Amino acid sequence: MASLRDIKTRINSTQKTKQITKAMHMVSASKLSKAEEFAKAFDPYSDKIKEVVNSIAGSGQDAEHPMLQTREVKKTAYFVITADRGLAGAFNSGILREVYRTIQEKHQSKDEYAVIAVGRMGRDFFRKRDIPVLQEITGLSDQPNFADIKDLTSETVQLFIDEEIDELVIFYNHFISAISQKVTSKKLLPLTDLQEEAGGTKSTYEYEPNQQEILDVLLPQYAESLIFGALLDSKASEHASRMTAMKSATDNADELIDDLSLQYNRARQAAITQEITEIVGGAAALE
Amino acid sequence: MNTLTVSVVTPDGPVLEDSFEMVSCKAESGELGVLPGHIPLVAPLSISAVRLKGENPQRIAVSGGFLEVRPDKVTILAQSAERPDDIDIERARAAKERAERRLQAKQDEIDFRRAELALKRALNRIDVVENR
Repeated sequence: MASLRDIKTRINSTQKTKQITKAMHMVSASKLSKAEEFAKAFDPYSDKIKEVVNSIAGSGQDAEHPMLQTREVKKTAYFVITADRGLAGAFNSGILREVYRTIQEKHQSKDEYAVIAVGRMGRDFFRKRDIPVLQEITGLSDQPNFADIKDLTSETVQLFIDEEIDELVIFYNHFISAISQKVTSKKLLPLTDLQEEAGGTKSTYEYEPNQQEILDVLLPQYAESLIFGALLDSKASEHASRMTAMKSATDNADELIDDLSLQYNRARQAAITQEITEIVGGAAALE
Repeated sequence: MNTLTVSVVTPDGPVLEDSFEMVSCKAESGELGVLPGHIPLVAPLSISAVRLKGENPQRIAVSGGFLEVRPDKVTILAQSAERPDDIDIERARAAKERAERRLQAKQDEIDFRRAELALKRALNRIDVVENR
């Protein structure tokens, strides 16, 4: 049986780990509520831009634009959103496994795909496996502003316009609730699902100067806003996922401490019993 | 006096929502004034100041935006939109100098375009603060 001191040391170290995980749990909880707020603040913008895009694209006549057209896919880009840090349960591994599986299934040669990585975990993963990374951004703040990722989004959209890539698929953790997030993949470009949602357009607009030029401005902005939306969603998931992971780590530490305390007390009792037996034995020998 | 509701929305959240008598702004195709009862319209905005006229007039620096008009409501969607009070004038001045330096250095076309846009944004911000 482990000695008293050994057990004591283990209890102490577990206690300290528990303090850390508990603190991280609380930090994540507060970050989560902020992230949710941010995601909410973004809603009016995304709703509105969607409405306008749909009404233009849905109005049918000669609304043609390269970003709306499906072309032969020679190169697919995967936009993968991960976190910069680990300790978030299955948050990163879930996404990366899914992306890796998709790539393995769909592509034979390296020329057919590339990755745009957000977050250090994702970037390192792809680098290690020698998967081409087109663009990357790490060290995003927990509450990213649109300005922080504007360069990345506009360059990504530009890649599509320049026909460097023919398809853009985004992978991220969709935030469902604080205890549940789901790995989601969505085809972002070309924008194909517009017309379907446009049923019953509320108003027909005048276009200044004309539809075509508005689409030129609007569609890239729309695509960028979709990416930003996914990013905010993923941030909320990250904090939620880290919160859950840290909560269960704290619970596990509690359990471990309970077990160890029991062991400790048993060992202590055994030591005392042994001492008494020794004393009694000694006294008996004297008589 | 008739008024129209103006709301300015960016990806980082709503900037402003209030009633005004007139919206006057610079679209890509030229100056545009919107009064209540305007026909529905969509127009992209250039990097410029949007002037909202009414009881308490406002100027807002927008970039990467467009305007959606309904008869009683105007929505401005922009990648960034700031009121004069929210603008960091020092940062704008620094951005202006940086952009000017870049424009002078001979570089490829993409960098040139970028610097040009950055300069426009900086000048626009400075202009909005100084003429508030």
